[in-house]
Amino acid sequence: MSYIPHTAMETQQMLAEIGVDAIDELFRAVPPTHRFPKLDLPPPMSEMEVAAEMLAISEANDHAQDFAIFRGAGAYHHFIPTVVNHMLLRGEFYTAYTPYQPEISQGTLQATYEYQSMMCALTGMDAANASHYDGATSLAEAVTVALEVARHRRKKVILSHAIHPQYREVARTYHRGRDIRIIGDRGRGEIVDLMEMLDENTAMLAVQYPDFFGQIDDMTALADAVHEAGALLVMVANPMALSIFKSPGELGADIVVGEGQPMGVPLGFGGPYLGYFAIRQKYVRRIAGRIIGETLDADGKRAFVMTLRPREQDIKRERASSNICTNQGLMALSASVYMTLMGKNGLRKVGELNYHKAHYAANEISRLDGYSVDMSKPFFNEFVVACPRPIADINKALLEQGIIGGYDLGQHYFHLEDRMLLCVTEMNAKDEIDRLVEILGGLN
Amino acid sequence: MLQPLIYDIGSPGRMGVNLPECDVPKVELPAALMREELPLPEVGEVQVVRHFVKLSKLNYSIDQGLYPLGSCTMKYNPKINEDAARLPGFAQLHPLTDESGSQGALFLMHELQQWLGEISGFEAVSLTPAAGAQGEFAGILMIRQYHIDRGEGQRDLILVPNSAHGTNPATVTMAGMEVLELPSNNKGNVDMDALHAACEGELRDRIAGMMITVPSTLGLFEETILEVIATVHDAGGLMYMDGANMNALMAAVKPGALGFDVMHYNLHKTFSTPHGGGGPGSGAVGVNEKLAPYLPGPIVEIVEDGTADREEPVGATYQVARNARSNDGRPNGSPLQTSAGEAVEPPLYGFVMPEKSIGRMKAFHGNFGMHLRAYAYIRVYGDSGIRDVTRYAVLNANYLRAKLMQTYKVPYPRYCGHEFVLEGHFDDAEDVHALDISKRLMDYGFHPPTNYFPLIVPEALLIEPTETETKADLDEFVAAMERIAEEARDDPELLRNAPHTAPVRRLDEVRAAKELVLCCAPAKAAASV
Amino acid sequence: MGEWKTPAELKYAETDEWFAVDGNMVTIGITDYAQDQLNDIVYVEFRDAGDTVDAGDSFGEVESVKAASELYTAVAGEIAEVNMSLEDAPETVNADPFGAGWMVKISASDLSPLDGLMDAAAYDSYCDSR
Ligand SMILES: Cc1ncc(COP(=O)(O)O)c(C=O)c1O
Repeated sequence: MSYIPHTAMETQQMLAEIGVDAIDELFRAVPPTHRFPKLDLPPPMSEMEVAAEMLAISEANDHAQDFAIFRGAGAYHHFIPTVVNHMLLRGEFYTAYTPYQPEISQGTLQATYEYQSMMCALTGMDAANASHYDGATSLAEAVTVALEVARHRRKKVILSHAIHPQYREVARTYHRGRDIRIIGDRGRGEIVDLMEMLDENTAMLAVQYPDFFGQIDDMTALADAVHEAGALLVMVANPMALSIFKSPGELGADIVVGEGQPMGVPLGFGGPYLGYFAIRQKYVRRIAGRIIGETLDADGKRAFVMTLRPREQDIKRERASSNICTNQGLMALSASVYMTLMGKNGLRKVGELNYHKAHYAANEISRLDGYSVDMSKPFFNEFVVACPRPIADINKALLEQGIIGGYDLGQHYFHLEDRMLLCVTEMNAKDEIDRLVEILGGLN
Repeated sequence: MLQPLIYDIGSPGRMGVNLPECDVPKVELPAALMREELPLPEVGEVQVVRHFVKLSKLNYSIDQGLYPLGSCTMKYNPKINEDAARLPGFAQLHPLTDESGSQGALFLMHELQQWLGEISGFEAVSLTPAAGAQGEFAGILMIRQYHIDRGEGQRDLILVPNSAHGTNPATVTMAGMEVLELPSNNKGNVDMDALHAACEGELRDRIAGMMITVPSTLGLFEETILEVIATVHDAGGLMYMDGANMNALMAAVKPGALGFDVMHYNLHKTFSTPHGGGGPGSGAVGVNEKLAPYLPGPIVEIVEDGTADREEPVGATYQVARNARSNDGRPNGSPLQTSAGEAVEPPLYGFVMPEKSIGRMKAFHGNFGMHLRAYAYIRVYGDSGIRDVTRYAVLNANYLRAKLMQTYKVPYPRYCGHEFVLEGHFDDAEDVHALDISKRLMDYGFHPPTNYFPLIVPEALLIEPTETETKADLDEFVAAMERIAEEARDDPELLRNAPHTAPVRRLDEVRAAKELVLCCAPAKAAASV
Repeated sequence: MGEWKTPAELKYAETDEWFAVDGNMVTIGITDYAQDQLNDIVYVEFRDAGDTVDAGDSFGEVESVKAASELYTAVAGEIAEVNMSLEDAPETVNADPFGAGWMVKISASDLSPLDGLMDAAAYDSYCDSR
């Protein structure tokens, strides 16, 4: 019976203690007409067979071990030091749950506190929570915070169209039931355009940094304009870019959210990832989800505990601002181990590698006939390439040569037909980039 | 402090990782955009490993022993699931890979959708929600939209019993609707008079639905469930089942067959995906045909039939996936053979957005790493095993209950499902509370039960052993609980000061909440701009 | 039972606020019973001075480590003054709920809703029965 340890003898003893003859009798409260339906599921399988099946299914996918990947668009292929996985595989971490009992959960609590601290360091914020589900839900939760800060008197939310399209979709799903307006999808998404949308009814304005197209704007003027309008500036930031670029805190952001996946979490077909959420001290009580704080135990020893608990659904119930309970704790641990290993110098170095390699690729591609690269603004590790053919055709040709090409922007932005968003990271060696350039050159 | 903070064990210039040199010509960095400070730790690999190993040892976990945290289904997390999740074909698969290159993953999600639908009797399933709470949110948004589309947008009330988990009422508010709380009666069932009054009174036209947990958060199967469902349906409302407690229901009853319209599963409870110190979870939602068009997307469907016969033994289905790879023109894989030896084309799986979808709950397609673990789990157990999971979970809970009833007050006199609640206090030891019992359990080497939930039982201790515990383990737990009951009378201070053997003693939570130290000082350097 | 203080000159609401009247100025706080139930209060938050409130509206919130409680006014009017000192020293509400722990003063437009509140004796027996 796989992971059920009972012997027939024990089962009998237990039934006798309960005072019934058979397990079935324990289900009397279930309406008899509906009791014990047959399940049409496959028969049991041995561990050996399941392992073989999982391998076979997994190999029916085009993964990064067999293919060179130049695709990002919200999920990034980065190097993960092996120590991360080894720490994650410790049952003490992954088979525990939410640290409701701090006396026997100091491991999770301290690791999470350190994660929060490192996220503050990276973003330039004062406090971070223990995670949201992913970057998109973090953004949706930031909208809630901004509405609360405005005491629901401001009803307009501006999301730049250069924010990941799926993030904007999620923010819309989250706020379907509310009487607010989410705008910003149309237009060029230039900073000046966004500024024009601000008014006294605006609760927040969000931009992505680097934006969905990989580019970086100086946000300081925008931050001033947002604050002047009495709204909050939310930045959706790629934490990997923050290794070298100015922190959102320095640029004037009030809330910084984003996808923590680039830091130690594998691509994993889109999840589990982790949404990070960091905020200025002033608004710390508006944060949703778990937060770990430092305190002392009865002997005066430093220790950690979940704090600001009354904000949460289990205490505040229908008055809570979010229903989040389980978060992405283990992924926060990944990020924590990753950031610790990389540290001050390593992370900067990874950031620089991304920058140089992406620029090398961009420069090379821009020389190809029929291609042009948008280098109008600084960029990090992603950039937009206008191609001489439909992206689907190009990607098909690349795939045949073992390369997963860029993201087809025409899928979401009709004015960006025949443009692909290419991503180059430290994982792409020079010869891989050269091969990409060569194949592209042959496709003009 | 037991283990110094990582920031306190570094030395300037130290690094925990070796990185390759840059193999392309370097370009100039845009100086005006660069940051100056990056206040991260500076530690070597050995220190990092020791740091996290030492931290890990301060945790209690399932791998160490019984973790009877009620409502959380802390069952053993099979190791093979972890191996499977780390296969390169899963771990290194980009979420925006073309469908032709992710047929294996899509196949797996499709199978899991089918199996979850079968287990709970629902028409369609979306795997996208990231946790139970997100599944609830999806469910209530679907109900809301369903009414709006029928021109009944005035239906804005969701009935929620007072025994409900906090996520239920919080969800209702998030969806822009209102909670109408229902009392429970002395048998732990919903108070039917109150339900009828709500559904048949002047609010009738505003009833959008009801959220109810089955078995309830008291671990009790709602005896009047069919009447509850009929009453709400009669009023025009839909029924949401909080499926956190599915471990008590598999092959015992199908919620869809009872008449529920929508429910969420917690893959991280019932289907063994690890709790990870607080997550990740996975909160798939199942719906009947009324709500199927509203499911959050994307979901996986067969977009092009293959010639593979769906009646083939499921044991062969993985080969369908394996061979699907030949679709993209790559050389790998020979065509699938049927048992009769004919070559067949596998079906083509694809993501689709349901017709009237409430939208996306998160980016990409849910916590796929949890989907594949749940898949492996269901595969290991199969039809008969899944049935046993529930049977033995219920057996273990009733056994503990029967034993503990001799020492503790157990409020509801009937058999429980996979968990039960007892009152953690004694008339002749008034100063001892449920919390003290919990803390003392740590000294006996156990994780405490859930404290103070559900809210309707005073001094509640909600105990859920799960099916993966042996009788011997349960007996040891009972022995500890009995000793603690004696200690409560003989030496209450011993309990009130417990734990005595845990890494730290009780914490000053008031200090934590007042001083609000949420980030350590060296990391703050960057924030003070 | 009844170990808490209940000054005779005040009016009391079922939601555990007390109301003191001076002309049309109504001072509001929470009762000794309420502070005792909440235990260590770690945070208070009030609406801004100058805001207008209706009878039955929430004017703020108190938090302990285990609970959060909404605060309600029985009278409508403009919030004339807010006890800012509580923001830094919320424990004052525990120490002196009827004195230094007062919360807001409302310049009331109509005092009549106060007639519907409990007097000290009624509030005492109400608490005893909980
Ligand atoms: C009864 C019940 N409902 C809902 C939830 C919420 O699930 P999750 O934590 O996965 O969001 C829980 C879990 O804690 C629960 O016990």
